[in-house]
Amino acid sequence: MNEQATTAANADDALMVEMRGLNKWFGDFHVLREIYLEVERGERIVICGPSGSGKSTLIRCINHLEEFQKGDLSVGGLPMTQDVKRIEQIRRRVGMVFQHFNLFPHLTVLENCCLSPIWVQKKPRKEAEAQAMNYLERVQIAEQALKYPGQLSGGQQQRVAIARSLCMHPEVMLFDEPTSALDPEMIKEVLDVMVELAHEGMTMLCVTHEMGFAKTVADRVIFMDQGQIIEENAPEAFFNDPQSERTQLFLSQILGH
Amino acid sequence: MNVLDVDYMVGLVPVLIRYLPLTLAMAVAGMALALVLACGLAVIRVLRIPGLNGATLLFISFFRGTPLLVQLFLFYYGLPQVLAFLTQINGVTATIMGLTLHFSAYMAESIRAAIVGVDRSQTEAALSIGMTNGQLMRRIVLPQATRVAVPTLMNYFIDMIKATSLAFTLGVTELMGATQKEAAGSFLYFEAFITVAIIYWLIVEGLAWFQRRLETRLNEAYRR
Ligand SMILES: Nc1ncnc2c1ncn2[C@@H]1O[C@H](COP(=O)(O)OP(=O)(O)OP(=O)(O)O)[C@@H](O)[C@H]1O
Ligand SMILES: [Mg+2]
Repeated sequence: MNEQATTAANADDALMVEMRGLNKWFGDFHVLREIYLEVERGERIVICGPSGSGKSTLIRCINHLEEFQKGDLSVGGLPMTQDVKRIEQIRRRVGMVFQHFNLFPHLTVLENCCLSPIWVQKKPRKEAEAQAMNYLERVQIAEQALKYPGQLSGGQQQRVAIARSLCMHPEVMLFDEPTSALDPEMIKEVLDVMVELAHEGMTMLCVTHEMGFAKTVADRVIFMDQGQIIEENAPEAFFNDPQSERTQLFLSQILGH
Repeated sequence: MNVLDVDYMVGLVPVLIRYLPLTLAMAVAGMALALVLACGLAVIRVLRIPGLNGATLLFISFFRGTPLLVQLFLFYYGLPQVLAFLTQINGVTATIMGLTLHFSAYMAESIRAAIVGVDRSQTEAALSIGMTNGQLMRRIVLPQATRVAVPTLMNYFIDMIKATSLAFTLGVTELMGATQKEAAGSFLYFEAFITVAIIYWLIVEGLAWFQRRLETRLNEAYRR
């Protein structure tokens, strides 16, 4: 099955994300150790673990914001290589939402959303704008389309960031702690959008400590520590019956207070 | 002390204004060329292009490390002695050349700083939506860097307008050269130089007004 997936001509049969023996170093620091991960199309994965365990680094390898040194990674059957064209090809399939939104401050909300459709997918401006308005409506922020990011609240900015990603029709979405820079009263509006996205069948990998979200939508929860995947399980089993001591300790810490 | 000869000053204005176009032309040409050169130098520095990076550092170091007047004399009087094809160089050309090289050295550094100052997270976001390096430079990094660099670049432009007055030492009759000639004829040095000072001052104030408008426009997206 794995052999097949990496070489599959028909991308629809392939795993959405597949990591086989992935290793990464920052200089001497071994940040990802022998990572094996298979994500099916439509699967929703939540990744958690202590600070510095390599969660961000792991998902940033998927769209090549980080390079890995050893192992194999493929996205929708396309193996990641050093080839610029291949990297761009993979990036067009992968949306990413960042902790600090990373909207483009010099462009309006609408322009933020139209960049990729116009310049990457070469759509006519009218069509790109109509489609962007569609997505902005879905994240319930269409009325702010002509404002600049700096004029929006954190929660609104993060919803725009999600819309900006969706505008390039990604096959998989990566979320790197999308709510941890938000004031508590704004967390829900972002999680609601993510839950809706999950229900629509989007493949999602979310680094988050929002355990309520994990219980509601995740198919699997992955626990990382010191660059390794320590444990992975369905949310029910993960929370009620954690296997490793480190997972138990981590869960007692984040659920404890 | 004699009373200020106001009539002479008023009469002098239209005489001097005739030389304003030359002054402005030298400044605008110098600025345009300096901008192009500075952008090139800044890109070399940002990308650390091997070989060129060292040459660029040396260039910047020399043109920032020596007086503009020395550079102008070097081009106008010095270079033609060693480079035969430069014998035809006239004062205006030498001035534009000197202004270009001198100011591009300063401007390269502020453009480089503005580009480097754009947060890495902006580049990552652009890559994540599939943009190429060229596209994200053009659409994301440079527009944001421009906003940061424009105030400094405008200040260099103002400096450059004033620095064109040095052309008079190369025998060019621009605003300053013309004033010098008028003053030598009338012996009314104070009146003549205060008049030309006011003309420079007004030009610079006009530019400062334009600069404020430009900055307001560039900051539009950042207003809360
Ligand atoms: N560019 C880098 N150079 C060197 N070390 C880095 C770099 N980026 C991350 N690291 C280190 O790699 C380790 C993993 O970082 P990573 O950001 O993936 O952790 P994380 O699990 O996402 O943590 P957090 O919950 O704090 O976001 C950390 O120890 C971090 O200091
Ligand atoms: Mg992280």
